[in-house]
Amino acid sequence: MQKEYDVIVVGAGPAGSMAARFAAEKGVSVLMLEKDRDVGYPVRCGEAISKAGVEEFIQSDDKWIAARISKFSFNAPDGSEVIIEFGEAGYVLERRIFDYELARTAADAGADILTRAYVNGLLFDDDGKVSGVKYEYHGEQKEIKCKVVIAADGVESRVGRWAGLKTHIDFRDMESAVQITAANIPVDQNTLYFFFGKNVAPNGYFWIFPKGHNKANIGLGISGIIGKKKSAQSFLDDFMNKHYPNAPILTKIAGGVPCSITLDKISAPGIMLVGDAARQVNPLSGGGIASGMIGGSIAGRIAAEAILMNKLDHILTYDKAWSDRLGKRHEIFNRIKEGIYNFSDEKFNSIAHSLLKIPIEKRTLGRVFSVALWNNPSLLLDIAKVFVI
Amino acid sequence: MEYRQAKTGKLMIEILPDRCDFCGCCVGVCPEDAIELKEAEIFIIDPRCTNCAKCVWSCPIEVIKFNKNGIPK
Ligand SMILES: Cc1cc2nc3c(=O)[nH]c(=O)nc-3n(C[C@H](O)[C@H](O)[C@H](O)COP(=O)(O)OP(=O)(O)OC[C@H]3O[C@@H](n4cnc5c(N)ncnc54)[C@H](O)[C@@H]3O)c2cc1C
Ligand code: SF4
Ligand code: SF4
Repeated sequence: MQKEYDVIVVGAGPAGSMAARFAAEKGVSVLMLEKDRDVGYPVRCGEAISKAGVEEFIQSDDKWIAARISKFSFNAPDGSEVIIEFGEAGYVLERRIFDYELARTAADAGADILTRAYVNGLLFDDDGKVSGVKYEYHGEQKEIKCKVVIAADGVESRVGRWAGLKTHIDFRDMESAVQITAANIPVDQNTLYFFFGKNVAPNGYFWIFPKGHNKANIGLGISGIIGKKKSAQSFLDDFMNKHYPNAPILTKIAGGVPCSITLDKISAPGIMLVGDAARQVNPLSGGGIASGMIGGSIAGRIAAEAILMNKLDHILTYDKAWSDRLGKRHEIFNRIKEGIYNFSDEKFNSIAHSLLKIPIEKRTLGRVFSVALWNNPSLLLDIAKVFVI
Repeated sequence: MEYRQAKTGKLMIEILPDRCDFCGCCVGVCPEDAIELKEAEIFIIDPRCTNCAKCVWSCPIEVIKFNKNGIPK
């Protein structure tokens, strides 16, 4: 370990590892600090990702692919099932291996990594610019200086707040989630299943994602508005008692998915925010692995450029670079999400019935959303912008 | 009875650490940065908390309780 670094990344999830790797690849010195004992564990994730989302960053490898996905199954409250077929469109990952491999690519590029290092404060220089981090390591309080801090500290992010950025998320936009990984779940191993309706997951959705050999991730996310009355945990218990009362449960986790648009500001002098910490999750799907890797890679690259040019203000161009790549798109996804948020069970049923009339080879995601929102013309244009209808 | 003191009077929020999964959902919604979460340790930073209860509604597994009578020391 060095005494000082050019870049310090806080958090070794997908966003942090890509920030560390893209900065280190440009030749600046990088240290990534992770509070947990292991990179990639515990896994708080449904683990579904598109193939394109993965392959922008790492070659697909059977070692971390639990299932290969070619179909979506949308299930309405009355039991109507609408299937959409793709080619091989995505994967369900084995994230405890995937995250580890991502961190390895950062290490290969030259980044140093330290686990069990809990960051609990920031250092500032005389002008108020962030100039390093304070952290706890093996019970000892330490400090280390750097030119740029990249906060990749996930849904529980606090690092940005210490630099004066407003990072907390409205409890209505936080999807509170629980998930189990269970065995003996005999679903199709190439299909992602989504369930809607007020009994399963109001203001959110319920999922079953296959993990190979009849294992599956089964979980749901609901808005804090719903959590006021009934917790995610009790929705999950109800579903399991009804459908799989005897399934052996291999793991169980809680988690939060920030489903909003990106924060107003994701950089400030000496600091950049990436991944869940910047609220870069796709607010419609709740997917944050791919978008976090994209945010991390942009931030890592810009941080390194700023250091190499000796022009640290350059990091402030990150907000626009993110917005152009995905931020604006997420604003559209967020409008679509708000359009479908409060649908009644009857509405979900009638959408499913209309979709079932479209022959399976003509069903696309764009069609699904345009049928869902046909009486909301302003959103139809939004849908046309982001999906190939 | 002596009570823990929040920013706005008696503290009314309690985290049951033995049941917590350390997922960070509550930390993400807390407007006051009043929750400290380490690898397997969680607590409320009393003088920052305003008893707004957003953390209570967000906890997926009902680990945070609201008690209007206050939390004894
Ligand atoms: C139940 C659930 C299901 C999901 N399903 C999917 C899905 O199917 N597909 C998908 O794409 N996304 C899914 N997501 C979202 C996805 O998991 C996240 O968006 C993604 O992990 C974000 O990556 P990240 O690198 O920003 O943060 P994380 O992966 O959360 O990594 C942050 C890291 O920072 C560390 N850290 C935090 N604070 C500190 C500190 N102070 N000091 C040091 N280290 C710190 C944490 O320990 C953690 O390792 C799901 C989320 C949940 C909760
Ligand atoms: S009650 Fe409000 S201020 Fe207090 S810890 Fe919970 S969210 Fe934070
Ligand atoms: S939301 Fe609940 S389970 Fe998650 S860290 Fe907070 S108290 Fe623990």
